[in-house]
Amino acid sequence: MSVAPPLLAVEGLTKSYGGIHAVRGVSFSLRAGEILALIGPNGAGKSTCFDMLNGQNKPDTGHVRLLGEEITGRKPREVWRLGVGRTFQITATFATMTVRENVQVALISHGKQLFNLFGSAPKFDRGEAGRLLELVGMGGYADRPCGELAYGDLKRLELAVALANQPKLLLMDEPTAGMAPRERVDLMRLTAQIAREKSIGVLFTEHDMDVVFEHADRIIVLNRGALIAEGSPAEVRGNPQVQAVYLGEGLVYDARHRDGASA
Amino acid sequence: MAFYVVQFLTGLASAASLFLVASGLSIIFGVTRIVNFAHGAFYMIGAYIAFTLTERLSGAFGFWGGIVLAALAVALIGVIVEMVLLRRIYHAPELFQLLATFGLTLMVEDLVVLIWGPDDLVGRRAPGFKGAIDFFGQNIPSYDLFLIVLGPVVLGILWLLFQRTRWGVLVRAATQDRDMVAALGVNQKWLFTSVFAVGVFLAALGGALQIPRDAVHHAMDLRIIVEVFVVVVIGGLGSIVGAFVAAVLVSELNAFGILIFPKISIILVFLVMAVVLIVRPWGLFGKPEAPARKTPGLTVNPWRPLTSNERLAALAALVIAATLPLFAGNYLLTVGSEIAIFVIFAVSLHFLMSVGGLASFGHAAYFGLGAYGIAFLAKMAGLPMIVCLLLGPLLGCMGAAVFGFFAVQLSGVYFAMLTLAFAQIVWSIAFQWVSVTGGDNGILGVWPPSWAASPSHFYWLALGIAALVTIALRAMVFSPFGYALRATRDSLLRSEAIGIDAKRIQWTAFVIAGTTAGIGGALFAYLKGSVFPDNLGISLSVDALVMVLLGGVETVSGAVIGAIVYKALNIWLVSQTDLSKLVLGGFIMLIVVVFPKGIVGMLEMLAQRRKKASPPGSPLLAKPIESAE
Repeated sequence: MSVAPPLLAVEGLTKSYGGIHAVRGVSFSLRAGEILALIGPNGAGKSTCFDMLNGQNKPDTGHVRLLGEEITGRKPREVWRLGVGRTFQITATFATMTVRENVQVALISHGKQLFNLFGSAPKFDRGEAGRLLELVGMGGYADRPCGELAYGDLKRLELAVALANQPKLLLMDEPTAGMAPRERVDLMRLTAQIAREKSIGVLFTEHDMDVVFEHADRIIVLNRGALIAEGSPAEVRGNPQVQAVYLGEGLVYDARHRDGASA
Repeated sequence: MAFYVVQFLTGLASAASLFLVASGLSIIFGVTRIVNFAHGAFYMIGAYIAFTLTERLSGAFGFWGGIVLAALAVALIGVIVEMVLLRRIYHAPELFQLLATFGLTLMVEDLVVLIWGPDDLVGRRAPGFKGAIDFFGQNIPSYDLFLIVLGPVVLGILWLLFQRTRWGVLVRAATQDRDMVAALGVNQKWLFTSVFAVGVFLAALGGALQIPRDAVHHAMDLRIIVEVFVVVVIGGLGSIVGAFVAAVLVSELNAFGILIFPKISIILVFLVMAVVLIVRPWGLFGKPEAPARKTPGLTVNPWRPLTSNERLAALAALVIAATLPLFAGNYLLTVGSEIAIFVIFAVSLHFLMSVGGLASFGHAAYFGLGAYGIAFLAKMAGLPMIVCLLLGPLLGCMGAAVFGFFAVQLSGVYFAMLTLAFAQIVWSIAFQWVSVTGGDNGILGVWPPSWAASPSHFYWLALGIAALVTIALRAMVFSPFGYALRATRDSLLRSEAIGIDAKRIQWTAFVIAGTTAGIGGALFAYLKGSVFPDNLGISLSVDALVMVLLGGVETVSGAVIGAIVYKALNIWLVSQTDLSKLVLGGFIMLIVVVFPKGIVGMLEMLAQRRKKASPPGSPLLAKPIESAE
């Protein structure tokens, strides 16, 4: 490999709330086109960790670098401008606008036309908006009010919005939470496909282990704010420490690959 | 020294009444999320009924009994209002509830005059507290001492009520999460009713206790409600301790402000409020407002630009409006000009409120600044009208730039309160800076030049500008900026995550709205030939809100219709009846309950329903990803 810096490099990230150490010295990195899963039991610090990556939350110490550039503590909108898209655990979309308009807003922002007072927004990058919606399988929904969409469709819309600025890195916080098993598999398959085609790095947190083991290239495990394991799905699955952490949740891992979720 | 101590005690005594009213408002807001504008009206009715009862009933028992009885009677009125009016609108957007209670306030103002007459009524002194106590040569009324003790006592009782009773636990739980409380099987209806009754009781008690100190009059509602808003915002909405501390703070500021800064005493309180809101946006003892759960199924029709047919229809309406001078007399033309000006004012607020989701309660400030701008330029600099019309609104623009910068740091109810405070500051300056603004006497003799002086010419001018402003703002709704603004309204989190600097977008919208309002104000100054502090007063700000809500806050430019209907009705009512407020208030309440989507919103809904009835089937059936599997 060359000496080029990794797409995302996280170094010694730490965050405390009062006496609670939510995240303790977490370090990891992510290559372009790689799909990395961040897992851990409830309260492990996944979301805190996640929010510090795109500036939603400020770390006490530590560094986040995007292609070698320091982005620690930058505002979310600045991080986005550098090519980091994100979806939320609980979807955040523009409920009174149509599906297409949701994507158009992101395109307007990407094109730096936010303060254009007299242009025509309905015509703005209409073709590109349509393409993004087709990409996530929402082409037929373009004119529907976003507030009417089912939850799974909102998640897909968020993905389209996150892709609008041709990101280098996608951050997805529990992308499949609240979805039916079938929808989960579909969404992650779609994400993986897009990531590989466009060489986008993807970091996602997830509770559904089927989703994690099927789609992640690599997995990092967080427990009580600290990184306890890192490696390929097979390595992580065999790690006794990880098993100990998860056994507490009542989940049992067997070596067999469990393909396909129960429909 | 003794003088200052007495001044301090007087402040404390004033705080008691203020605290009672503010805590009532705070409790009601905490549970029902209704900002009860009628709280001042309940305070006033409390004072009036207490006056009547204490006059009729004799002796010490009669006096104190009368006070308590009056508060109980008003609480009963509150229960009726809650059951008949508010229960129907708990699920309406929060501004509608404010509007409904404002309508109620208007009605009460006329009713009170009908029943008790327009004169000030001076009540009895309180038995047992008639004298004054000598304090190093200064007199302190003993009733003031009673009030000073009463405040903390009521605070203690309320504290016990909320901490030690089952009802109190439910109220505190509902303040945190009323949906959860309902899910636990608590009968929300009666909880809300009882909370409203307690809040109103406190307001009425505050009013009743004022009668030995102050005359009872029919304008006391608006005076107290503004002060109470300030108290509640400084203390933190929903916090009773906060209400107490803030009531003391505000009263002391008033008491000492007059000594230290007699010129700007009114501003002082509002300045403190602005500072508190900027440093601690949720008030001293408040907590950040949890985002309300979205009511499912509450989707808005997506906005779209007018079709070419609709454009033709709008143009036709404009042409018809332009023919008015052919058959109407001068009076009607003046009315027409005034309506056109209010269309400008209403669409400017509508832009901020509907598109930006920022409900300004002090929008008249920028209207009035535009008017004063004209008065300065035309009277003092002697500039010609065209130049004035171009430059005058700049004052509104600058005001909006300064105040808007601070206001957009907040959102929701707090944004509303801060804009109200700023408007009051501007009003106070216009009112108190007599050497420049003429104070209460205003600036007279701002007349248009001969080419625009005739009613028909002025009407065409106003109509033309109103049309231009409406078209420009409508175009902005569908501009990239308009989309960005709507994005910040719908989801701050998402807009920040896609690179939108929400505060800057909102600030820009605020400045656009303020400048546009300034244009309206500038024309208004020429129409009336004069400028008064009323041109930036609260009632004008409320007029603007009513016009927007009447037209339909969820529409693209319903404010145009709202302004025409409201202003025409208003002018007509004032000419027809002395009880215009009563009729108008009733009308507002009717609109809120029967047509919560406003006039235009209702028409759109009907059109939508007709359209939906025809084509069967929906895109719901075709789900690409599922069928692909």
